[in-house]
Amino acid sequence: MRGNFAKITKILSAGVVAAGLLASASARAAEDTIKVGILHSLSGTMAISETTLKDVMLMLIDEQNAKGGLLGKKLEAVVVDPASNWPLFAEKARELISKDKVAAVFGCWTSVSRKSVLPVFSELDNILFYPVQYEGEESERNVFYTGAAPNQQAIPAVDYLMSADGGSVKRWVLEGTDYVYPRTTNKILEAYLKAKGVPAEDIMVNYTPFGFSDWQTEVSAIKKFGSAGKKTAVVSTVNGDANVPFYKELGNQGIKAEDIPVMAFSVGEEELAGLDTGPLVGHLAAWNYFESVDTPANKKFIDDWHKFIKNDKRTTNDPMEAHYIGFNMWVKAVEKAGTTDPDKVIDAMVGVSVPNLTGGYSTMMPNHHITKPVLIGEIQADGQFETVSQTPGLVMGDEWSDYLPDSKDLISDWRAPLSCGNFNVKTGKCGGKGTN
Amino acid sequence: MLLLRAIGLMFLLTMASLLPSKAAEADLRATIAKFADASGFSATEAVVRELTASGDPAVERPLSALADGNLYIRKSDSQVFVGKEAGDGIELLDPLSGEKAADAAKTDLTKIKVNNGLRRTIRDALGTLTLRAKDASARLAAAMTMFKTPDAANIEPLDAAIAAETDPGVKTLFEQARAASVLVSDKPEADKLAAIPIIAARGDRDALSLLTSVDANAQGAVKDAANAAIGHINSKLALWDAGQNIWYGISLGSVLLLAAIGLAITFGVMGVINMAHGEMVMLGAYTTFVVQQVIRTSFPGLFDWSLVIALPLAFLVAGLVGLAIERGIIRFLYGRPLETLLATWGVSLILQQAVRTIFGPTNQEVGNPSWMSGSFDVGQLAITWNRLWILVFALAVFAVLLYVMKRTPWGLQMRAVTANRRMAASMGIRTPWVDALTFALGSGIAGIAGVALSQIDNVSPNLGRGYIIDSFMVVVFGGVGNLWGTLVGAFSLGIVNKFLEPYAGAVLGKIVVLVLIILFIQKRPRGLFALKGRAVEA
Repeated sequence: MRGNFAKITKILSAGVVAAGLLASASARAAEDTIKVGILHSLSGTMAISETTLKDVMLMLIDEQNAKGGLLGKKLEAVVVDPASNWPLFAEKARELISKDKVAAVFGCWTSVSRKSVLPVFSELDNILFYPVQYEGEESERNVFYTGAAPNQQAIPAVDYLMSADGGSVKRWVLEGTDYVYPRTTNKILEAYLKAKGVPAEDIMVNYTPFGFSDWQTEVSAIKKFGSAGKKTAVVSTVNGDANVPFYKELGNQGIKAEDIPVMAFSVGEEELAGLDTGPLVGHLAAWNYFESVDTPANKKFIDDWHKFIKNDKRTTNDPMEAHYIGFNMWVKAVEKAGTTDPDKVIDAMVGVSVPNLTGGYSTMMPNHHITKPVLIGEIQADGQFETVSQTPGLVMGDEWSDYLPDSKDLISDWRAPLSCGNFNVKTGKCGGKGTN
Repeated sequence: MLLLRAIGLMFLLTMASLLPSKAAEADLRATIAKFADASGFSATEAVVRELTASGDPAVERPLSALADGNLYIRKSDSQVFVGKEAGDGIELLDPLSGEKAADAAKTDLTKIKVNNGLRRTIRDALGTLTLRAKDASARLAAAMTMFKTPDAANIEPLDAAIAAETDPGVKTLFEQARAASVLVSDKPEADKLAAIPIIAARGDRDALSLLTSVDANAQGAVKDAANAAIGHINSKLALWDAGQNIWYGISLGSVLLLAAIGLAITFGVMGVINMAHGEMVMLGAYTTFVVQQVIRTSFPGLFDWSLVIALPLAFLVAGLVGLAIERGIIRFLYGRPLETLLATWGVSLILQQAVRTIFGPTNQEVGNPSWMSGSFDVGQLAITWNRLWILVFALAVFAVLLYVMKRTPWGLQMRAVTANRRMAASMGIRTPWVDALTFALGSGIAGIAGVALSQIDNVSPNLGRGYIIDSFMVVVFGGVGNLWGTLVGAFSLGIVNKFLEPYAGAVLGKIVVLVLIILFIQKRPRGLFALKGRAVEA
């Protein structure tokens, strides 16, 4: 009896001590560290792409801490798993901001997850860095878009295919997965191609479901469309997982890049890693970064990444560079503002310029998009891209496409007097609506 | 006389290629050296053109190396070499003779960049150079390239090549290539009119493509003739298209059959709503990956056998996991379908996350053995080897399963337990073990389906997700508890789907199929082949 009582007291007191420790630890954390939220799916369908971004954020935070942290404090990563579940993204974002009191959040991949967290970020007034190429038609005060807008990826890619170097393409297949990014991008591209004088019968648009795996009919339709005596190319916004069977079928049906090249916007080094790239040599992709870019900054980044992830076979890709740029911009803006208060940091962000990995500087523009070079690369036998064309200068992200009737009069400027994400220059009013 | 001259010419050419004169070789080397200074694709292209202008067959080696991305410049002395991967470094070969010159590390070399335009130029150039190659397949390839890129300048070399050609197949192709070149040249109308039927005789998409572009630029009789030929080819191709849809439907059906056949056992025969069925397929695919990994590192010679080796292993792995699930969870839940559904759903999430933790979330590369790559033509129908083998494999699995169910004592026990559990138990059949083994069999079959599906789909933790709904659709449509129903269900769904796809698109096609199945189930709730007897009522 006595023994039992002693045991209970011991357990109780241990519990009290532990609770006290925990409380003091969290109190100390609140004083001494700056928390950074990481909102990427670590399970579910999107884990394939997003886990890498979580890892690269942890690496960047580690490196910053090794350099002495930020404003004299250490950075602390808070990782949550929204599990590829769009409503859960909003819940987890709320948790990060209200409960963990993070200074900024780096996260989201799909457009639908971004749309799901937008209200949370504007209500609780925090900052989201969104690192993936997207369809545009959006500009929010609380979001910084470090991925490419359509004019930083799709339009230059099509320009390249139209040029003599790209093969003077006359007929176009716009092949995409059935969701908002391909649909909007293809709408912009269709309008752009028609503005360039391509007749409607030379454009074929086709959509397939998510994770589609039986591409036989689609690929033979492409073959058929391509045998009209004019140079044909495929512009692919096919998403993630569906790409592997798509390329396998292209290879098996003998469509060579010299005859019908495929220009992809969602295929990076990571997607090619699961693929035998032999039959794909020469197919194209447009990004703002390739792992193969030969600059000292990129070499260091890749080396650091391999050391951090302890696997020198892991590739780097474009969204990783976007986080690299976004994180460094945030660090610089916080240093400039002297505080992590989101309101002040948002104002300090515009105009911040940091080196990117392709040998230049990227600058945050008033529309919360950044300037980037656009690279066109051809797939090589080793699963890497070889840059075959690069825009001469940096391209500024254009959030409201000039080729869509609904959005061509809209601009965005988050600087003091205007401070509006959808200002209509025709009517002179804030509050225009884009395509989606 | 012409023949004699041609033979003489060929003899001279052969002599020239055998004994390249010192001066010519020096010239070639000087030209090849220019690659080192060529910056940009247009400069490289100029050098390529200069090389082909020499007309020397010896330039084939450096040019094809360039097209394959294997031509390198050594940084130290700007010399150009053909590179061959050798371990970590690169073996440097002389660009003309192909003899080994040196070894180098990758960092000491610059690869000469090529793009699609350059590859096209080289392909065309090699076409003219390899017209007289000794190897018939090289001549065939040359003829095909020349057909696709007709050029008036090609007529003369083709005339000579036709005269010298002995292989009838290659000769026909040469004549077609010549006809194509005639059409784009400024030869008289009569020649062009004669050329059109030669091209139309091919009857394929390449011919159609060529004739369409001729049609757009020509006038008068040539335009009419081209138009008629296009109409003829189109009506023939329409028939082939229908055949193609059937083939694609059968092929999709075989994939559905493979995915669903394990479920036909666990759900169809046992009545367990097994949401983790897709994960068994995924485990099979990962087993294939592991087998290939081991083969790649330890026994590279066995790669073509990797799938055959993976099959029994995948059956064992998925079967054992299935056995564990049945013994651990499902046996407590018989007769409670809702709980089974939730529990197996949970199991599927656990399995997915476990695989994600062990192998990482990214896709794993599963290679196609050589006998599963590429395609062959039947008329105008391109049939890919991997789809054909999967069809054969699916039918084989079905046949074996049918045999096990109908002809073996174990199958008899299985059917007895399904038909009347209590009676079977009274007859001395150990029903719990029959349940466990049946579930393991269904899971194991799903595992070997995974081996086949790894050849056409991503090997990622999400692999199973894509098949679970389709599998249930097939089993329910075909009739629960009937293997033949699964077979007919899979193929009819595949064919309907593929016939709808060209008209409705892939997204709408899927929806239409789903609506059709719902309507069908309203009419025949037990599916195509309803099982009769007491089991159904129970």
